[in-house]
Amino acid sequence: MAEKVFMIALSPTMEEGTILKWRKKEGEVVKEGDILCDVETDKASMEYESTQAGKILKIVRGEGTAAKVGDLIAILGQEGEDISSLLGDSKAPAKTAEAVKTSSPAQSAVAPTQIVQPSSAQPTGKASPLARRLAQEKGIDLNQIQGSGPGGRVIKRDLENYQPAASSKPVVPAAVLPSPLNDERIPVSRKRAVIASRLSESLFTAPHIFLTVTVHMDPLMNAREKINAELKEKLGLNSFIVKLAANAITRHQAINSSWMGDYIQNHSSVDVGLAVAQADGLITPIVRAAHGKGIRQIDAELKDLIDRARNNALKPEEYTGATFTISNLGSFGIEEFTAIINPPGAAILALGAVVRAPYVEEDGSFSVRRQMKMTLSADHRVMDGAVAAAFLTDLKSIIEDPFRALL
Amino acid sequence: MAAHDFDLIVVGAGPGGYVSAIRAAQLGLKTAVVEKDKPGGVCGNWGCIPSKALINQAEGFERIKDLEAIGVKVDTSNFNYAAVQKKSRDAADRSGKGVQFLLKKNKIEYIQGTAVLNGPQSLLVDGKEYKARFILLAAGSRPRQLPGFEFDENQVLSSTGILSLTQLPKSLIILGSGAIGMEFAYVMSVFGVKVTVVEMLPRILPLEDHETSAVVEKAFKARGVSFFTSAKATELKKNSQGVSLTLQLADNKTQILEAEKILVAVGRVPNTENLGLEKVGIKTDRGFVVVKDYYQTDVPSIYAIGDLIPSPLLAHVASKEGEIAVEHMAGKAHEKRVDPLSIPGATYCEPQIASFGYTEEKLKEKGLAYKAYTFPYTGNGKANAIEHQEGLVKVLMDAKTHEILGGHAAGAYATEIIHEILLARKAELLPEDIATMVHAHPTISESVMEAARGLEGWAIHI
Repeated sequence: MAEKVFMIALSPTMEEGTILKWRKKEGEVVKEGDILCDVETDKASMEYESTQAGKILKIVRGEGTAAKVGDLIAILGQEGEDISSLLGDSKAPAKTAEAVKTSSPAQSAVAPTQIVQPSSAQPTGKASPLARRLAQEKGIDLNQIQGSGPGGRVIKRDLENYQPAASSKPVVPAAVLPSPLNDERIPVSRKRAVIASRLSESLFTAPHIFLTVTVHMDPLMNAREKINAELKEKLGLNSFIVKLAANAITRHQAINSSWMGDYIQNHSSVDVGLAVAQADGLITPIVRAAHGKGIRQIDAELKDLIDRARNNALKPEEYTGATFTISNLGSFGIEEFTAIINPPGAAILALGAVVRAPYVEEDGSFSVRRQMKMTLSADHRVMDGAVAAAFLTDLKSIIEDPFRALL
Repeated sequence: MAAHDFDLIVVGAGPGGYVSAIRAAQLGLKTAVVEKDKPGGVCGNWGCIPSKALINQAEGFERIKDLEAIGVKVDTSNFNYAAVQKKSRDAADRSGKGVQFLLKKNKIEYIQGTAVLNGPQSLLVDGKEYKARFILLAAGSRPRQLPGFEFDENQVLSSTGILSLTQLPKSLIILGSGAIGMEFAYVMSVFGVKVTVVEMLPRILPLEDHETSAVVEKAFKARGVSFFTSAKATELKKNSQGVSLTLQLADNKTQILEAEKILVAVGRVPNTENLGLEKVGIKTDRGFVVVKDYYQTDVPSIYAIGDLIPSPLLAHVASKEGEIAVEHMAGKAHEKRVDPLSIPGATYCEPQIASFGYTEEKLKEKGLAYKAYTFPYTGNGKANAIEHQEGLVKVLMDAKTHEILGGHAAGAYATEIIHEILLARKAELLPEDIATMVHAHPTISESVMEAARGLEGWAIHI
C-alpha cells in the first residue's frame, strides 16, 4: 500500500521549508530513521528523518522548491503500485511529524462518507420536527415564532397562525409603547474598528490570567484627604495608584515587558496608560516613566492628557506604547471587573470602587474599612501566575502602607 | 342553602360522564353525576368491557388448535357458553364497581335517577330539582334500530341482546360489518356458530383502510365466516325456526339467508330525545346535539359530549371531550376540540385492526399529495416466531411536509402498536424520527419502524 510523505514541522515554529537536497532518489529503498532530505527552515538547515519505510515511488517536490508543512513531498510504497490516486490530493490532514505518522493508516482507500444532515435539522430553539420542516419549506425563521405547544414548543399550528411582518422587523404588539431604541445600522468608525481589532487580537491571542485582591484603602484615602486639604489643585486617586503601581513594577520586570512571538522584550521605562472613556470610544493616554515622577507631576500630566483625550486632541505618541495600563470603573460604582490587556503591555490593572465594607479582624471582631478590589489581567505567555501574584500582592501592600514605596 | 347545589352536574356515568366528573373534581369543582342505569354506562356494562371478556375467552378457545398441533388433547364436551357469558357479566360488574369506587374516592355525589333539563342551571331528577353552575350532558347512545328489523332481543338482537345470550345459536346473521359486527362475528365463529356477515358497502370494515380490512376479511373467511358485501337487507321474516333475511345484491339479484338469530349492528343513535333540550333551547341536528368549541351548547352553562354529539362514537373520544369541556368550565382548557385525525379506533377481532387519521381512499378523495408505505408482518421476526404472519402496518404521510396523516395496523398487537404512530403524529414527529429510533428485537413494534423506514426509502426486512 503506497503512502504519502508530507513536509513536517522540523522546528516548533516552522511553517514552510525548502528542500535543499534529496538524500534518496526515486527507486531507492528507505527504512524508518533514514535521512530523506535536507530542509531549510526559518532557523536552520535540518535533516528530515523518515518515519515511514518503502521504496520511493515518486519525488513530488524537487530540490530547491519550498513546501508548506503538510504538503505532499514524496510517495513511498512497493514497486509497480499505482499511485495516480495519491497524487490527486496533496494535503496532509495534520501538521506535525507525530500526527503525520499516526494518521497515515487513515489514508486508506475508503473515505468516510459525508454526514448527511437530516432534512429537518435546523439548529434552533424548541420546535417539533414537523414545524421545523414546514419552517424550512416556507423560509420562516423559527426564532420569530412564539411556541404554543407543550413546554413552549413551536408546533404546526403556530406556523399556520404566523403572520410575517411587512419588513424583517419583529412584530411589535400594538399595545406596547414605541421603543426608545432603534433598528438603525451604524457604520463602524475608524476608531471603533481599531478598538475592535486590537482588543479582539489581545483577548484571542494572549491567554489572560486574572488575579483579584481586596485592598484596604483607609491609609491611602486618609493621606490623600490630608494632602488635598492643603492643596488648591486636588490630587486624583488615580495619580496615587499610577505612582504606586509604577513603583511596584520597578521590582517586577516581567510586568513591564512585551510578548514578541519568539522573544520577550523587557522595558526599562514604566510607561503607564490610563484608560479614558470618550464619547465615541476609548483611549489610553500615557504617563511616561511614571516610576521616576512624583504624584503631583503625574497628576498634572494626567489632568492635561485626560482633558485633551476627551477633546480628541492627543498626539499618537501620547497614547501608543504603554507598558502597563490602569482602568478604573470605580466612579461608575463597579466593584470588580476584568480588563483586556492593552498591547504591547503584558498586564492591565482593573480598579473597582472604593466602598465601605465589613472587615474581619484577627480576633474575629468586625470593623468597617474602605476597601477596593483590583484585578490584574496578565499575559500568561510572558509570565506565570506566581509572578503576577507577587506583583499584585506587592502593590497591595504598598497601597495599604505607602511608606513601603520608599523602601 | 347556596344558590347552587353543585358547581357541575354530569348527566350520565359512562366513560364520558364519569371521567369528566373526576377531572372536574381534580380541578376543584363540586360535582355530581346523575345516572339512570348503572355506573360505567354502555362501555362498562354492555359494550367495550363485557365484549372484551368474551373475546379473551374466544382467543383462549381458538388456541386449542395450537395445543392439539403439539399433541395436547382438549376435551370440550363440557363446554358451557353460559359460563363464558357469566365471565363477561362479572367483568361488567367489576367495571361498574371500579367506577363507583373512583367516584367515591373523588368525593363525587352519585345520584340515581333520570335527569331532565329544567333551565340553564337546573335539572330535575325524577322530579327533584338540582341546581348547578354548569351542566354536562353525557347521556350516550343506543343501538340503531332499523324499520322492519326491530329488536326483540330473542331472534333480532342488538349488541346488548347478544351480550345477554347464555346459549349459543347454531347460526347467526350479522347485519353491519363495523367494529361491533366484526367483534361478534369473531366470538361467535370461534365458538362454532355459523356466521354470515352482511354489509351494505362494497367491503367489510368500510371505515378502515382497504388493506387492513382485506387482512381481516381473509382471516375470517379462513375461519368459515361468509360475507355478503354491497348487499342491502330488504326484508326480515321471523318464524319458529329462526329468521329469514332477504338481500338485494349488487347485481340486483335477490338472496335469502336463513339463520337462528340475527344481530343488527348498523350503528348507534344519540339519547337526545328525553333530556329536555328543547325546553332550554339547545339545538339538535339529525338527532345530535349541536356544540361549539369546548363542546359548549348554545346555552353557555350547558355542555354536551360523547355519543350525544356528531364526533366518532367511541368511549375514549367521549372521555377526552369531557376533559376539554370541564377544563373549559374551570378556565384551564388548552385545546378547543379533539383533533379528528388523532383519534384511534380499535377493533378487537382476530386479527386485530387499529387506525387513526386518513385512510388511503380518503386522501385520494380529498386530492391530497401523500406517500404510503405498508410493511407486512411476514417481514417481522416476532410475528413469525408466534405464527402471526398475517398482518401489516401502514403509515401515510404528506408527500411534501412528511406530516403523518394516518396510521393503520392489522394483526397481532395492532391495537397496541398503533399508539407509537399516533404519538408521533400528536408530537409532530416525522416518519424519519420513528425510522431512526432503536426498537427492541424481536417485537411487533419493529414493523412500525420498518413502515416508517419504508416511507424514507430504506426498509430493511423486505
